[in-house]
Amino acid sequence: MTDNPGAALRHAALADAAAMVIRHPAVFRPKLADRLLGPAVVALLMGLFAYSLVALGFTFERIWNGVGRLGTIVVHMLPPDAGRFFWIYLDALGETVAIALLGTLLGAVIAVPLALLAAKNIVPNRLFHFGWRRGLDFFRAIDVLIWALIWINVVGLGPFAGILAIAMSDIGGFAKLFSEAIEAADRKPIEGVVAAGGGAPHGIRFGILPQVLPIMISQVLYYIESNTRSATIIGIVGAGGIGLHLSDTIRVNEWQNVSFLIVMILVTVALIDAISTRLRFAIIGRRGT
Amino acid sequence: MATLPLPTDAPATRRLLDAYRAEQAAKRIRTLIFAAATLAACLLAAWMGEVDLGTFAENFHKFPNYILSITPQLRWATLGEDVTEWYWGWKRWGRLLIDTVLIAYAGTLLGFVGGLMLCFTASANLTARRWLVLGARRLLEIQRSVPELVYALIFVVAFGLGPFPGMLAIAIHTTGALGKLFAEVNENIDLKPVDGMYASGASWFQAMRFAVVPQVLSNYVSYTLLRFEINVRGAAVLGFVGAGGIGQDLLSAIRQFYLPDVSAILLMIVVTVAVIDIATERLRHALIGLDTRT
Repeated sequence: MTDNPGAALRHAALADAAAMVIRHPAVFRPKLADRLLGPAVVALLMGLFAYSLVALGFTFERIWNGVGRLGTIVVHMLPPDAGRFFWIYLDALGETVAIALLGTLLGAVIAVPLALLAAKNIVPNRLFHFGWRRGLDFFRAIDVLIWALIWINVVGLGPFAGILAIAMSDIGGFAKLFSEAIEAADRKPIEGVVAAGGGAPHGIRFGILPQVLPIMISQVLYYIESNTRSATIIGIVGAGGIGLHLSDTIRVNEWQNVSFLIVMILVTVALIDAISTRLRFAIIGRRGT
Repeated sequence: MATLPLPTDAPATRRLLDAYRAEQAAKRIRTLIFAAATLAACLLAAWMGEVDLGTFAENFHKFPNYILSITPQLRWATLGEDVTEWYWGWKRWGRLLIDTVLIAYAGTLLGFVGGLMLCFTASANLTARRWLVLGARRLLEIQRSVPELVYALIFVVAFGLGPFPGMLAIAIHTTGALGKLFAEVNENIDLKPVDGMYASGASWFQAMRFAVVPQVLSNYVSYTLLRFEINVRGAAVLGFVGAGGIGQDLLSAIRQFYLPDVSAILLMIVVTVAVIDIATERLRHALIGLDTRT
């Protein structure tokens, strides 16, 4: 132990201990306010949490009974079994993927012109920029299920309403991401195009587009994956896809079918995730995720 | 092309040009294949998704009409009374909206704790046992891949109608989402403090608490605040499946064509989400500021 090279350091530190305490008061004698800040924040958060539990109808009895019932449900779920509905479920799953794909693409296409208007370097007007961005936030603030309900009023029940709903809720997010990509684009290629005699449209086509297109495609692929998840639930309100079967089977307590549907969803989401990750890497290389 | 510095008929130049043209052609073919595949996928999806442009064109006028019909009749002369009439249910909606935010809050907090408990085990650089890491990751993946509305549907059956199962659903989904993000943060930390803790005889928990958490806490909080905003939006529709919050009233207003109510509730949701969005962004920037100063 005496050979430990740390020992010398330790001795030196101990000899200097009193002076160190004076030199670094922030470490050895922190102010009371600083020391209390952490616990105070935690206490505040916990207090609010306790209040929410009471407000949301929490009782130990409810938890106890609920966990018991949940255990029964899980037991009834095993093993996952589609019964004779396998092909119906598969068809609904295809519909779900179709909704995600078309909805995302439609949203992206609509978002491109909106994003151009939202980019500071294309429309250099602060007031317009601010207003336009807030307008785009509006699309994002409304959940895809609400959009689905609205579109059902227009095109009727079915997957088409789901496609439009996904597109609407994506417009805001896409326009924001696209405009950020456009703002981050290098100006020099545009200047080059203009210097070589190109007009403003040429500048966008040959100066900006090659820079932002890979980023945009990568984001579209990313959204397709997350929208597959959203598309699995919009069936709950009647906008097509597997969600309808999911809520129906839960309502009639067909738990084996429920777990089969959940497994189908998990596998599909994982597959889409793997495919879109592959494609993203192929398009923009491993770095640019 | 006359400005090329080399004579265009020289063999070297021609080889260069040919190679360039071949390269361009190959690139064009790749792009065409990609475009054709996308188009084919779209057509297939359009067929599966029952896209009917005829119905769409025929009924599209209903969309602006719907927006117009949910817009309340406000006149300058009687603005006060009109707004009062529009927001006739503000007491009930306000209470439900507070419920919604509380569902999101409690769910996010529980999800934060859950993610915190699982994220160290799910980081390959902090946990030596490979099967533990993989197990924790699979668990987080299942929690995150099932949409929270599906959890809500199941929990409503188990725990009964009301906001409580909704809160649990959000908590589980948030655990999966945050746990994954936290684990990714953990995998990018400086490992020297961890080694130092182990060298001075610390247990695994002590090493996590004193060597990892101080490095990553501000990232954790930043992600959690982002998640809170997402969860408020998610909690607003939990009522669609009977799991509490304002969604219940919104659903019945849309289904039963209480049109001005639809816009009143939507506006309340949008404003709440925007306020929380701005507040959490402020907080996050303040946190990042704290981080760079020390």
